[in-house]
Amino acid sequence: MLLPAPIQDLINAFSQLPGIGPKSASRLTFYLLTAPDELSQDLAAALISLKTETTYCQTCFNITVTGQVQCEICSNSDRDQDVICVVEEPLDVLALERTDGFHGRYHVLQGALSPIEGIGPDDLKIRELLARVDSENIGEIILATNPSLEGDATAMYLRQQLTPSGVRITRLARGLPVGGDLEYADQHTLLRALAGRQEMGD
Amino acid sequence: MLWLYTRKIGKVQAIAKGIRKIKSRKAGHLEPFTRVNLLMARGRTFLIVTQAETIDAFLNLREDLLLIGYAAYITELLDRFTYDEDDNQQIFNLLNKTLGRINTESDPDLPVRYFEIKLLELLGYRPELTNCVNCGSEIQAEDQFFSISMGGALCPRCGPKIPDASQISLNTLKYLRHYQRSSYTEAAKAKLSPQLNRDLEQLMQRYFTYFLERNLNTPTFIRRVKNRPQQG
Ligand SMILES: [Zn+2]
Ligand SMILES: [Zn+2]
Repeated sequence: MLLPAPIQDLINAFSQLPGIGPKSASRLTFYLLTAPDELSQDLAAALISLKTETTYCQTCFNITVTGQVQCEICSNSDRDQDVICVVEEPLDVLALERTDGFHGRYHVLQGALSPIEGIGPDDLKIRELLARVDSENIGEIILATNPSLEGDATAMYLRQQLTPSGVRITRLARGLPVGGDLEYADQHTLLRALAGRQEMGD
Repeated sequence: MLWLYTRKIGKVQAIAKGIRKIKSRKAGHLEPFTRVNLLMARGRTFLIVTQAETIDAFLNLREDLLLIGYAAYITELLDRFTYDEDDNQQIFNLLNKTLGRINTESDPDLPVRYFEIKLLELLGYRPELTNCVNCGSEIQAEDQFFSISMGGALCPRCGPKIPDASQISLNTLKYLRHYQRSSYTEAAKAKLSPQLNRDLEQLMQRYFTYFLERNLNTPTFIRRVKNRPQQG
C-alpha cells in the first residue's frame, strides 16, 4: 500500500529514533492519526522547544535552559567548588543527583572515546575539562565514566592528561558490573560506588 | 546490537536484551574484544544471545589505550572486509591469535603487521611480491616499485610507467614476503625496526583503503592517542 506522504514522512522520522523499528514507527504514527488533536500539538510544541529552549552549560556542558550561561548546579554556590565529577552524558548527572550522595559539580564529556566509532579525544569536552582544572581551584576529579571498555578507555586517557596538573584523581569503585550504562544503575549501587571510589594509580 | 565474529558462522550481528542495564548478568561477558562461548537463537530478523560465558577477556589489552586502539583496528578491518555469515575458520583463528598476541606481547606492532598481511591473503587480496605485476620478470634484490591498483611489486623498468606506483625499499618488500610465507614464530625472528614498521603500516593502510574505497576510523584514533595532542 502506498501511504500518503505526511504519514510516510512521520513513519520515517520515528524510524530514525533508537530502539524504534519500522513496525513501532507505523504503530505510533497511526495512533497519533486517530488520537485527539491536542496530543499531536503538544508533542510538536515539545519537540520544537526541546531544541530551541535548551543549550549547554558553558562550564560543565550539561544541558540547561536557553539564555543561561551556567546550569543550576554550576551556579549554586552551596555546592562544593573544588570537586568535579566527570560523566559521559547528562543522564548520568541525573542518576548521580538522585542519590543525593554527591555535592560537588560535574563535567559532562558528551560521550566516551570509541576507536571503533572513530570518536577521539577532540570529539569530547576534554580540552574544556583540562582548562577548568587549570583555571579553577580543583582539589579532586572523580572519573565517573561508564564501567565499560569505552568508559574505562576514557578514564585512562583523562588520567594521562590530568596527572601533570597534580590534581587528585579518583575513579568510581568497581561495585558496578562491567559493560553497563550508569543511567540504569539503582541508587544503592551508585551510592556504594561513590563511597568506595579509589585513587587511580599506575 | 552486538557485532560478533564466530567460528561456526563467521560474522554476525546479534542482540542481547538488557545488556546495557547495569545489573545484567550477560553484560560483562559481552564486552568488546572478548572471546566468549555463546548460545544464540534465531529471531525473526536477528540472532538473539541467550547465554554468554567468557573464555578470554584479554584483560591486559583493556588497560592500555593504544592496545585498545590496535584491537579496534583489526576488528574494523575484519568488519569492513567480511560479509555476514560467510564463515572462515582461518580468519577466526587469526583474529583470536592476534588478540591474544596484542594482549600478551610487549610490542603490538608485529602482531598487527602480521595480521594485516595474513588477512589480505585469507580474503583473496594477496599482493604479488615475487614477480613484477606488469612484465612478469622475477623481482631482483634491489629497491622496487609497488602498485596498489595492480596489487603487487613492479620491477625498476616497469615502475616509472605505472601512474599509481610508488617506490618501496627492498627491505620492506623482504619483510612483506617473509610474513606472507612464514608462521608467526618464524616471522617474529626478524626484528622489526620502528622505521620499517611505519613503512609497512602506511603501505598496508593505503592498500586497505584502496579496496574499501573509504577511510578507516581506527588509524586516526591510534594516531591521536599516540600524539596526545591535548597535552599542555
Ligand atoms: Zn554547569
Ligand atoms: Zn616489470
